[in-house]
Amino acid sequence: MSSITLTPDIAPAVMPKSHYANVRTTVMSWLFTVDHKRIAILYLISITVFFAVGGLFASLIRIELLTPKGDFMTGDTYNKVFTLHGVIMIFFFLIPSVPATLGNFALPIMIGAKDLAFPKINLLSWWLYMLGGVLAVVVLLRGGLETGWTFYPPYSTTFATSQVTIAILAAFLAGFSSIFTGLNFIVTVHKMRAPGMTWFRMPLFVWAHYATSIIQILGTPVVAITLVLVAIERVWGVGIFNPQIGGDPILFQHLFWFYSHPAVYVMILPGMGVVSEVIPCFSRKRIFGYEFIAFSSMAIAIIGFLVWGHHLYVSTQSTYAGMVFSLLTFLVAVPSAIKVFNWTATMYKGEITFEAPMIYALGFIGLFLVGGLTGLVLASMANDIHFHDTYFVVAHFHYVMVGGMVMAYMCGLHFWWPKMTGRMYPGLLATIAAILVFVGFNFTFFPQFILGFLGMPRRYHSYVEEFQILNIMSTMGASVLGLGYGMQPFYLLWSLFKGEPAGDNPWRAKGLEWQVPSPPPTFNFPDGRPVVIEDPYAYTIDVKEADSVAQH
Amino acid sequence: MSEIAFTPEQASTIAGRMDFLFYGWLGLSIFFFVAVVVAIIYFSFKYRKGSKADRRITGETEFMTLSITGTTLELTWTIVPLIMAILVFFWSAWLYVDFTQMPSGAMEVLVTGKQWMWKIQHPNGKREINELHVPTGVPIKLTMTSEDTIHSFFIPAFRVKKDVLPNRFSQLWFNATKEGEYHLFCTEYCGTDHSRMIGKVTVMSPERYQAWLAGADTGVAMASSGEKLFTKLGCVTCHTGTTPRGPKLAGVFGKEVKLADGSTLVADEEYIRESIMNSSAKMVQGYPPLMPLFKNQIKEQDLMTLVNYIKSLKDEKNGTKS
Ligand code: HEC
Ligand SMILES: [Cu+2]
Ligand SMILES: [Cu+2]
Repeated sequence: MSSITLTPDIAPAVMPKSHYANVRTTVMSWLFTVDHKRIAILYLISITVFFAVGGLFASLIRIELLTPKGDFMTGDTYNKVFTLHGVIMIFFFLIPSVPATLGNFALPIMIGAKDLAFPKINLLSWWLYMLGGVLAVVVLLRGGLETGWTFYPPYSTTFATSQVTIAILAAFLAGFSSIFTGLNFIVTVHKMRAPGMTWFRMPLFVWAHYATSIIQILGTPVVAITLVLVAIERVWGVGIFNPQIGGDPILFQHLFWFYSHPAVYVMILPGMGVVSEVIPCFSRKRIFGYEFIAFSSMAIAIIGFLVWGHHLYVSTQSTYAGMVFSLLTFLVAVPSAIKVFNWTATMYKGEITFEAPMIYALGFIGLFLVGGLTGLVLASMANDIHFHDTYFVVAHFHYVMVGGMVMAYMCGLHFWWPKMTGRMYPGLLATIAAILVFVGFNFTFFPQFILGFLGMPRRYHSYVEEFQILNIMSTMGASVLGLGYGMQPFYLLWSLFKGEPAGDNPWRAKGLEWQVPSPPPTFNFPDGRPVVIEDPYAYTIDVKEADSVAQH
Repeated sequence: MSEIAFTPEQASTIAGRMDFLFYGWLGLSIFFFVAVVVAIIYFSFKYRKGSKADRRITGETEFMTLSITGTTLELTWTIVPLIMAILVFFWSAWLYVDFTQMPSGAMEVLVTGKQWMWKIQHPNGKREINELHVPTGVPIKLTMTSEDTIHSFFIPAFRVKKDVLPNRFSQLWFNATKEGEYHLFCTEYCGTDHSRMIGKVTVMSPERYQAWLAGADTGVAMASSGEKLFTKLGCVTCHTGTTPRGPKLAGVFGKEVKLADGSTLVADEEYIRESIMNSSAKMVQGYPPLMPLFKNQIKEQDLMTLVNYIKSLKDEKNGTKS
C-alpha cells in the first residue's frame, strides 16, 4: 500500500491561477451557476450533509438494536428513525450520489464537451433537489414520518399519523431533479461528443450513466405519480389503494416496484462505471471486454424494468406472474457477472498499485459480488418465502447499495478529487479510511444475513432474545464503519487548503478529463474542442507515455 | 442469552427441501465468490507494481488481450452463469409450486391480523390470541385476513410466510413435523407495535392437540355460530325455503357458478366473500340483483365464520361437500 506519489516526469505541479471554482466567488455566483462543475460541487456538499443525517439515523437504529427489549426509544420513534434513514439515504443520497456529483463533473469533460446540453436545467435539477431536501427537513421538524421508505398503503394512506403528504412532495421533487439529470445526460451524450469520440470510444463511466439516465427518465415519473396517488387517497379519501374504500393495495406495490427495482440500478450502474475507470488506471491495462461491459450496462437497464414482481412473491401475486419475474431476475444477474469477470481479467498482467481509489474499487467487487449472489437467493421464489422481509433482505441490499454504491462513490470521489480541487489528499489516511470502511461494513452487515436466515424480520424495534449476539456484532461493526466514513471529511477538507497541488494528471490516466488542468477552467477545454483519436483505456505498462489524445 | 445458532430449526415438511435449495445456491455462490476473489488476490500480488512477473502478452497467454479469443472467454463466462441461473430458477420455481399447492384434507384454521395481534380460530370454534396450537403430521391450512392494514404471517421454523390483506383472504399451509414451541412474526410493517405483533406456535402430538382442543374455553363451534349469523343477518329469508329468492347455497362451494355476464368460475372462499360483501360485483345468472350489500356491516371475523358456514353446507341431493 503506497501513498500517493506524483508522476516522476513532471515538474512539481502548481495550481492554475484561474479555474472554474475561483472565477467568481460570491455566494450568488455559486447558487445560480450554470457551470456543470460548480453544480457538481453544490450537489456534493448537499448530498454529504444528507449522508451525514442519514448516517446519524442509522447509528440510532444500531444503538436501539443493541438490546432486544426496545428500550432506547419508543416504537413510534424507532419507526420514524428507520423510515427517515431510508428516505434520506435513497432519495437524497444514493440516487444523486454518483450521477449528480461525479457524473455531473466528469461526464461532459470525458466526452469533450464544454458543459451539459442544458446547463440551466442542470441548475434547476439542483434547486428541485434542494427544495425536496428542505421539505424533508420540514417533515423531520414537524414530527417525522413512519411509513417506511416504501410508503405501502393502506398504512400510508389511512393509518399513518405523520407527515406523509409533505414527505411525498419531497420525494416527488427529488424525483424530478433526477429526471432532469438523466435527460441532460442523454442529450449530452447524443449531441455533444467531441470529434472522434465515437460511441465505442466513450469511457464506460459514460456508458453507465447513459444506461442510468434511461432508467431515470422512464421509471421516475411512474413512482412520482404513484406517490401522488397515495397523497390523493390520503388527503381526499379517493379509493385508489385502500380496499376498504374500493382500492387495491397490491396495485400500489406493482407501481412502486416498477420504479423502485430499476432504481436500484440507478443506485449501482454509475458505481460500476466508476470502477470500470479506476481498475484499468491502477492496473495500467486496457479494460478487458469493453463492449461487453458497455452492453451489459444497457442490458441491466432494460431487463431491470421487467423484474419488479420479485418483491411480491408472498403478497398473493399469481404463481405464473411470479415465475416470469423470477426468471428475468435470474437473467439480469448475468450482465453483472460479466462485468465482474471483466474487471478481474483487466488486472491480469497489469502493473498494479494500491492507492485509495483502487482499494475502494477492489472492495466494491468483493462486496458487490456478495450482494449480487445473495440477491439471487431472493430472486428464487421458493427461498424468498422464507427470506422475504427479513434481515437477509436488509443485508443483501446494504451489500449492494452501501458495499457497492457507497464504496464506488468513495472510489470515484478519491479518484477525481485531485481533478475537482486541484489538490491531493494524504494517501495514507485515505487508505486507512478505505480499509476501515471495508472491514466495518462486513462486520455490520454480514451478521444480518444470519439473522435473516434465523428469521428476524426487518423494521423490528424489539426482537426475541436469541438474536442479540449477532445484533451486537452488527452494531460494533457499524462503529468501525462510522469511523472510516468520519475520517474522510477531515482529510479531504484539510487537503483543500494544505494538500499538495495534484497536477493535471496525478494518476497518469488516459481519459479526456485528465488532459485538462486541475481544476479545469470554466469551459473545460481552454484551447478549443479536443479531437479524439484513441479510446480512453490506452494504458501501457511503460512508465513514460505520451499523451494519448491530441488536443487543439 | 442462549448460544448463537446459525441455522433456523426445521420443523415442517418443506423446511428441509427449502434449505437444500438454499445451501445448493450457497455452495455455487461460494464457488464463484472464491474464484473471483482468489483471482483478484493472486493478480494483485503477482502483478503488483515492481514485481518481476512476466507481463509480455505472447503465445498461450494472448487470450487475455486478443479480441478473437477474448470473445470466447466472454462467451464462456456469459453462458455458464446463464445456464446455471436458469437451472436454479427451474428448481426454485418447481419447489415454490410444490410448497404453495394447497393439500387436500387439510385442517382449517382461521387467522385474523389486526394492529397488533393475531386472532386465531380453530375448527371447533376455539379461539386464541397470539398463540397457535397445532398437531404434528396434519396439513394445516390457514385462511387469513386483516381488519386494518397489511400484515404478514411468518413462522420461520416452518419456512412459511404470506401477506395478510384487508378485504381479502390469503391462504397458507404447513405440516408441522416436530413438537415444540416456535416463533410467529408479523413481517409486513404495520405501525407502532409491528415488532410486538408476534406470537408462539405450539406443536403437539395429535392426541395432545385433541385434548387441548377439548379443553376449557371452547367457543361455539365455527359452523354453528355461522348458522346463528346466517339467521341473524337475514340471509335465511332469501337463501332458504322452498321458493327462495336467491340461489341455494348448499353445496355451492367448490362448484362452478354461471355468472350473469356469461362467464363461469369456481366458487372459492374469495368468491363467496365477495358475493356477501359486494354481491353486485359478480351476479349469478338468472337472479335479480336483490341481495343487499353487506359491505362494512359484517366484521371480518364474522365474515370468516359465515364463509365457513356456507362451505360446510351440504347439498341435500348428493350429500357431497367439496
Ligand atoms: C334480499 C334477498 C337476499 C338476502 C337477504 C341475501 N341474499 Fe345472498 N343472494 C341473493 C340473490 C338474488 C343472489 C343471486 C344474485 C347475485 O349474485 O347477487 C344472491 C347470491 C348470494 C351468493 C352467491 C351464490 C352463488 O350461487 O354463487 C352468496 C354466497 C350469498 N348470496 C350469500 C348471502 C349471505 C351470507 C347473506 C346474509 C348475510 C345473503 N346472501 C343475504 C339474495 C339475497
Ligand atoms: Cu427488486
Ligand atoms: Cu406488522
